[in-house]
Amino acid sequence: MDTQQPDAARPVLEGPDIARVLTRIAHEIVERAKGADDVVLLGIPTRGVFLARRLADKLEEITAGKVPVGSLDITMYRDDLRMHPPRALARTEIPGDGLDGKLVVLVDDVLFSGRTIRAALDALNDLGRPRAVQLAVLVDRGHRELPIRADYVGKNLPTSLRETVKVLLAEEDGRDAVLLGAKRTAQDGEQ
Amino acid sequence: MKRHLISAADLTRDDAVLILDTAEEMARVADRPIKKLPTLRGRTVVNLFFEDSTRTRISFEAAEKRLSADVINFTAKGSSVSKGESLKDTAQTLEAMGVDAVVIRHGASGAPYRLATSDWIDAAVINAGDGTHQHPTQALLDAFTMRRRLVGRDAGLGQDLAGKRITIVGDVLHSRVARSNVDLLHTLGAEVTLVAPPTLLPVGVDHWTCDVSYDLDSVLPKSDAVMMLRVQRERMNAAFFPTEREYSRRYGLDGERMARMPEHGIVMHPGPMVRGMEITAEVADSDRCTVIEQVANGVHTRMAVLYLLLGGNEPAVSHARPVDSETK
Amino acid sequence: MSKILIRGAKVLGGEVQDVLIDGETVAAVGTGLSAEGAQVIEADGQILLPGLVDLHTHLREPGREDSETVLTGTRAAARGGYTSVFAMANTFPVADTAGVVEQVWRLGREHGYCDVQPIGAVTVGLEGKQLAELGAMHDSAAGVTVFSDDGKCVDDAVIMRRALEYVKAFGGVVAQHAQEPRLTEGAQMNEGVVSAELGLGGWPAVAEESIIARDVLLAEHVGSRVHICHLSTAGSVEIVRWAKSRGIDVTAEVTPHHLLLTDELVRSYNPVYKVNPPLRTEADVLALREALADGTIDIVATDHAPHPHEDKDCEWAAAAMGMVGLETALSVVQHTMVDSGLMNWADVADRMSVKPARIGGAEDHGRPVSAGEPANLTLVDPAYRGPVNPAGFASRSRNTPYEGRELPGRVTHTFLRGRATVVDGKLA
Repeated sequence: MDTQQPDAARPVLEGPDIARVLTRIAHEIVERAKGADDVVLLGIPTRGVFLARRLADKLEEITAGKVPVGSLDITMYRDDLRMHPPRALARTEIPGDGLDGKLVVLVDDVLFSGRTIRAALDALNDLGRPRAVQLAVLVDRGHRELPIRADYVGKNLPTSLRETVKVLLAEEDGRDAVLLGAKRTAQDGEQ
Repeated sequence: MKRHLISAADLTRDDAVLILDTAEEMARVADRPIKKLPTLRGRTVVNLFFEDSTRTRISFEAAEKRLSADVINFTAKGSSVSKGESLKDTAQTLEAMGVDAVVIRHGASGAPYRLATSDWIDAAVINAGDGTHQHPTQALLDAFTMRRRLVGRDAGLGQDLAGKRITIVGDVLHSRVARSNVDLLHTLGAEVTLVAPPTLLPVGVDHWTCDVSYDLDSVLPKSDAVMMLRVQRERMNAAFFPTEREYSRRYGLDGERMARMPEHGIVMHPGPMVRGMEITAEVADSDRCTVIEQVANGVHTRMAVLYLLLGGNEPAVSHARPVDSETK
Repeated sequence: MSKILIRGAKVLGGEVQDVLIDGETVAAVGTGLSAEGAQVIEADGQILLPGLVDLHTHLREPGREDSETVLTGTRAAARGGYTSVFAMANTFPVADTAGVVEQVWRLGREHGYCDVQPIGAVTVGLEGKQLAELGAMHDSAAGVTVFSDDGKCVDDAVIMRRALEYVKAFGGVVAQHAQEPRLTEGAQMNEGVVSAELGLGGWPAVAEESIIARDVLLAEHVGSRVHICHLSTAGSVEIVRWAKSRGIDVTAEVTPHHLLLTDELVRSYNPVYKVNPPLRTEADVLALREALADGTIDIVATDHAPHPHEDKDCEWAAAAMGMVGLETALSVVQHTMVDSGLMNWADVADRMSVKPARIGGAEDHGRPVSAGEPANLTLVDPAYRGPVNPAGFASRSRNTPYEGRELPGRVTHTFLRGRATVVDGKLA
């Protein structure tokens, strides 16, 4: 699963595409939020955090204001904890002014079953009371298991459950790309 | 790391660093308005205390509750049955109630090991101090405190204590804290020196992974941290040392001695302190003394241990892995 | 069943011979003996030894019949190849009067598996303060000659001196459990590297050695003989060796477990390894083997100490001290001393039968295997190999440290005054 490198992974987004969709999402956020005054971006580790920072940079370019960015580790709120060995925790970093009354935009790389976002909403509940919560994802690959949808989508990518979607980001992986590949083992469930 | 946490000596360097890193994240929960995580919801943890230790029990209880475990406190002191029967019988009673983990404090060295290796129970066993043997979570919280102070809160992540010079002073003979610390600090790359009168060092200490000195003053200038152990006054009656006055003169830490430590050096104590014996009030209340921090860090560290042992389907720290987009 | 012919046995491990038992005595030893009218046991090259004698057994009766009785203990003894055991005095009540020792002695005779020779307490209630009626116990039907406070040390030097002197009047001997009490307060295991790590109270070698040193000097001073129980350290060996070289009348015993096991086993915190004196180090084990081989240590004695399951199924500190040993002693001795080449079977006969009988004054035991001698005999199959299975013990207790361990040798037959108490490894 996580260690799987799809042999014949096919890029569906390349570096410039990713930059372009992030710019678009930034504009959409400004438009819907009527400016970005009270926007707080919370990335979900690992790659959601990098995306949130990139989005923040773009928002700051557009609005010339400061956009707080943080991270939200959802490990301890996962509903599948009992199905795996304990995972190493990632950082939860809430910007100094907190979340109360803010427009929190959760940022993640791939939207799939929706369980991660469900966990993120639970985690947010313990951290403050935002005015509203929105969701931005780079790729929505479908197959939702919960009534959750994204407010901002970089690319809708219809997939089968036998396919894998892998997001690569320069900060972590050395280059930007979204790869679509075939699953090597026929393991269902968690994906 | 195994299903149980019995001895600090059982931890590998990577296990220990993972626990300390996890504890750092747990520490951030303490800064939040709602200091609670749902992680151990539906898991039952028993604090089985055969010995009075309010501070250790409260620390574990706080950690368990912050992780949403169901907590049962069981103080077995004063039971009329013989001690052996009561440990086994009590364990089996708890087993029948369906507990997931037993946090055990026992006056007999090896009791947690016995509980974990006997066929009495299936639950995970966490040693909260056994006789004069081990107190692994104390060693972990001490290492956590040292890493924060001597390496840095963020700079310390992923790091061990390589090259740090730690001095442990006092009643090593009767101290499970000393044993656990020597084991863990060695694993983490620190250089440990024990300082005590020869009467309070065990025969065989020369085989430990540390140095031994009888002279506190010669060791202090090169100590990044000095850990003062509690010295019970009753030891005096068994001729371990002549008088309280002589003990504190030779092995106690006062302001003058503390001034000989490097400027960044810290003073630690597992508590409860005997002021005027091993430590003066001046030192205990100074900002170099980390006693209160250690108490707070105890909760973070125990949360980390509980999460890593009980948080998943198989309590195996060495299998822990980072989250990846593919596993969402 | 008056005649039994044991055909083709290696007597004391030597030449293959036939041994004819007639009634209670050995009638003939030779080759090609006639089997007429005799039940024949094909020894097929097994080792024939004089019946083993254990100078140090705890039969627990009276008082702790939940762990052992004279019946179960003597059945265990027979299975282990013993024809005589000396029963220690630390019963409830303590065997410190003629009444108690006679009771134990009678029980042994009634059951008939093994002769039981009671050991009398040195002091009243094993308290180390006042001499028990040693003379009365000697004069009783039990005819006590060995006195010991075993389990406790006669630590008062004056009491020890008086006891050593007093028993000279009737040829008795004091068997000392050498343990300086103050140095062993709270002691849980051998004091050393392992105890330091495990945080268990230390039982230092010096606590044994200092008492032995004192007692051999006392024995020399008052011209008495003294016997040292379960010697466990290399230092004790040195002291006994020195004492013997000075001509002091000292004898010493070692247990099978001290010939094999070390304190490393305590790392398991399994109380089955908890024993007094404690398991020592590898260096001690090697010194004890050497001393047994060269005669510095005179005998092997089991210190068979049965305990009920619950006294061992608990944490270390709460557990009772002691191991059962009667049914495994010969195997451990074969493994550590014979198979290792340190001793031959004649030496085994000497250390496990002849010498203990002589020290304890058991005249019918430890005799040569020759015509006219009492037919107390043990037949051993030295080629046998198998794991120790406590479930098969005749002892009422199972606290053996050897469970599952593969040990050599098996007692196939035991004869007590011509009557088979064990046949093909099973109680007759």
